Amino acid sequence: MIGEHSSKQYDHDLEAIRSKVLLMGGIVETQFTDAMTCFRVGNVEAAERVIAEDDAVNQLEVSLDDACSHLIVRRQPTANDLRTVMATIKVITDLERIGDEAAKIARMSKSLHSRGMVTVNHFETVRTIAGETSDMLHDALDAFARLDGKQALALIARDAIIDREFGFIMRNLITFMMEDPRTISAALDTLWVAKAIERIGDHAKNIAEYVIYVVEGKDIRHTRPSAPAVQ
Amino acid sequence: MPSPIPTVSARAKTIEITKLDFFYGKTQSLMNVNLDIHEKQVTAFIGPSGCGKSTLLRTLNRMYDLYPGQRAEGSIMYRGQNILDPGQDVNMLRAKVGMVFQKPTPFPMSVYDNIAFGIRLYENLSKGEMDERVEWALKKAALWGEVKDKLGKSGLSLSGGQQQRLCIARCVAVKPDVLLLDEPTSALDPISTAKVEELISELKQDYTITIVTHNMQQAARCSDYTAYMYLGELVEFGETDQIFMNPARKETQDYITGRFG
Repeated sequence: MIGEHSSKQYDHDLEAIRSKVLLMGGIVETQFTDAMTCFRVGNVEAAERVIAEDDAVNQLEVSLDDACSHLIVRRQPTANDLRTVMATIKVITDLERIGDEAAKIARMSKSLHSRGMVTVNHFETVRTIAGETSDMLHDALDAFARLDGKQALALIARDAIIDREFGFIMRNLITFMMEDPRTISAALDTLWVAKAIERIGDHAKNIAEYVIYVVEGKDIRHTRPSAPAVQ
Repeated sequence: MPSPIPTVSARAKTIEITKLDFFYGKTQSLMNVNLDIHEKQVTAFIGPSGCGKSTLLRTLNRMYDLYPGQRAEGSIMYRGQNILDPGQDVNMLRAKVGMVFQKPTPFPMSVYDNIAFGIRLYENLSKGEMDERVEWALKKAALWGEVKDKLGKSGLSLSGGQQQRLCIARCVAVKPDVLLLDEPTSALDPISTAKVEELISELKQDYTITIVTHNMQQAARCSDYTAYMYLGELVEFGETDQIFMNPARKETQDYITGRFG
């Protein structure tokens, strides 16, 4: 794909950073899946696992930040190398937040199930948004691993679907709450979970934007979806 | 996919190089170089050894004339004249397009005379005017404060960094238009290098500067435009930030990221 550096150590350092990011991506993806399982069936063990994994994710964020600083001071990366390092620093922030959101879902699920408040059809409510977000996160990590700008660009549009779905969920839950005030507590918890999922979608979109930055050298954040031109 | 060399937004051009070929005897070392040097901007030439960047610099004030068998073809327009024109007054050209070399080359004479020497070739100044001009040049080169009490001492007694700034002062003293710097800091320590780089950014207020450097970070720090050369050809020319953040050509990217050879 891209040739090797004259310095083998430089290649090793970059590769070490890359594989650590992918490892971190794998962990948060599992965290999210486990958190959703927990939400669906009330698996407390899964919830504990998600919450415990958060420490590992946080540690990875710290060590990756450190590795990137070291690479900058030692190598003064330029061009695509510089963009890779800059994007990595940002991607890991998003991954760490995804981990936080997953832990939040896990905690919420635990409390929801332990209080026996599963009155609204809570999982069905978020099934679509959870599936869409899970796919989007997977594809964003895949695009990052393969540095696939086209895949990343295609992903970005999908965030709008998730945002729209969140709007549906909110209206749906409001209807429940108006009809039967006893559902309010569970409905609100479900809404927080939906919000956490929607945020994970935003983070996946950010990751896709950084992939485009690495590949194309274009920063398309805060631009209209029609603006980016990927050849 | 090779993309065309991007054109740089229109700015006043001091030098326009068109279809420049250069030969050392039978060996061609520049091939069809087309490049504009912009007024009061710093243009850096980067590339691996032997890519022709110093050769290109040396064509800009016909330094190569000193060596038989070396010749340039094409055109280098400077203030409406072709530098390569055989009728070109080379002495006047070199007063207008001054050069500073890799190793400091102070003359074996006093600091004062190092500066005055060049001025005397072109102008006839009174003692008072000369004193003023020497002080002015040394101030321009950010050296006055360090040497004002030892103007009578030999230029060779100065430190390497001071010697290099003395050479820059000598160049500036004849009021040139363009400064050509050929790896001006490669023989200097980091502090002297920083001073010379600082000087470059000050001098560009008044002069058009062209610098050849092997230090990529230096090109990124000091220059407004960067030209990447390889095997006698201009591979890419563009604004420095663009070249170092997102070069258009893969060859440029490979070189500046250290994926070369």
